[in-house]
Amino acid sequence: MDAEAAKLIGAGIACIGMAGAGIGVGTIFGNYLTGALRNPSAAASQFTNALVGAALAEGLGIFSLVVAFLLMFVV
Amino acid sequence: MTDPAVDPIHQFQIYDIFTLGEVGGVKFAMTNSAMFMIAIVVLISAFLILSTSGRGLVPTRWQSAAELMYELVASTLRNSAGTEGMRFFPFVFSIFAFVLTANVLGLVPYFMTVTSHLVITAALALLVIFTVIVYGLMRNGLGFFKLFLPSGLPVAIAPFIAIIEVLSFLSRPVSLSLRLFGNMLAGHIVLKVFAGFIVTLTAAGVGGWFAGVLPLGMTVALTALETLVAVLQAYVFTILTCVYLNDAIHPSH
Repeated sequence: MDAEAAKLIGAGIACIGMAGAGIGVGTIFGNYLTGALRNPSAAASQFTNALVGAALAEGLGIFSLVVAFLLMFVV
Repeated sequence: MTDPAVDPIHQFQIYDIFTLGEVGGVKFAMTNSAMFMIAIVVLISAFLILSTSGRGLVPTRWQSAAELMYELVASTLRNSAGTEGMRFFPFVFSIFAFVLTANVLGLVPYFMTVTSHLVITAALALLVIFTVIVYGLMRNGLGFFKLFLPSGLPVAIAPFIAIIEVLSFLSRPVSLSLRLFGNMLAGHIVLKVFAGFIVTLTAAGVGGWFAGVLPLGMTVALTALETLVAVLQAYVFTILTCVYLNDAIHPSH
């Protein structure tokens, strides 16, 4: 296989990892909304925690995106 | 290289505006990145100095904006790191103001986003982590290492937990810098890719002009999303800084 083609396929495969981040962020905000609708008075104080959790989950997806960028533009 | 109008990576290029000379083989030059960083600092300083110079008891609109920004960072820091964390307020506020201004300024067409370069975000993340380590050791001495060994742990699994905690601490600067860098880089690449579709379609003829409306609308929608991401990522960087500073102040969790 051509090395350039292999790089592009690898970058595409690496991006699949972002699906996990999507699931994670969706779970966090979904559960936050479930909790917030059950007890709206506690929602405001927990929004920061939801953001931190979403940021941590999203960061892992960004890692796979960075791997894809490395394959496309650096390697 | 492809046409710069449709090449999504071209916008991140750093070039010299003027060169100051060489010192020991290292070139000192005024780059576009450095110019934007100076512009960011000037913008923040001008905004904060001018808006608060009136010091009115009834704030003007500009003063309200500055107070809003102050209150946002102050309440975040106080909630996550306690009153003692407020001694880091100037540090955290500077980071928030810099990252926020850099992210939002980068959305202006033809402007450079300095936070889309790993060297900038890594420098900020290392600054945060070294502050945590140095202050944690200064304040708690060897008690700082309780951070890696939660209390009330069975002796049998304590070494494994300690290893995991050390690894998670070491991955913090990596994830802190890569998150901001990745979000900014990815957002601007996606924007440029959709903007590139417009260029390619309009070049195809009259039919392409009408079809080009679709990616144009998408670019407008993405710009709105990117504005949200720019502000959110600046806030996330600030929250995580506060959380990490809390570890330095209260290591035994």
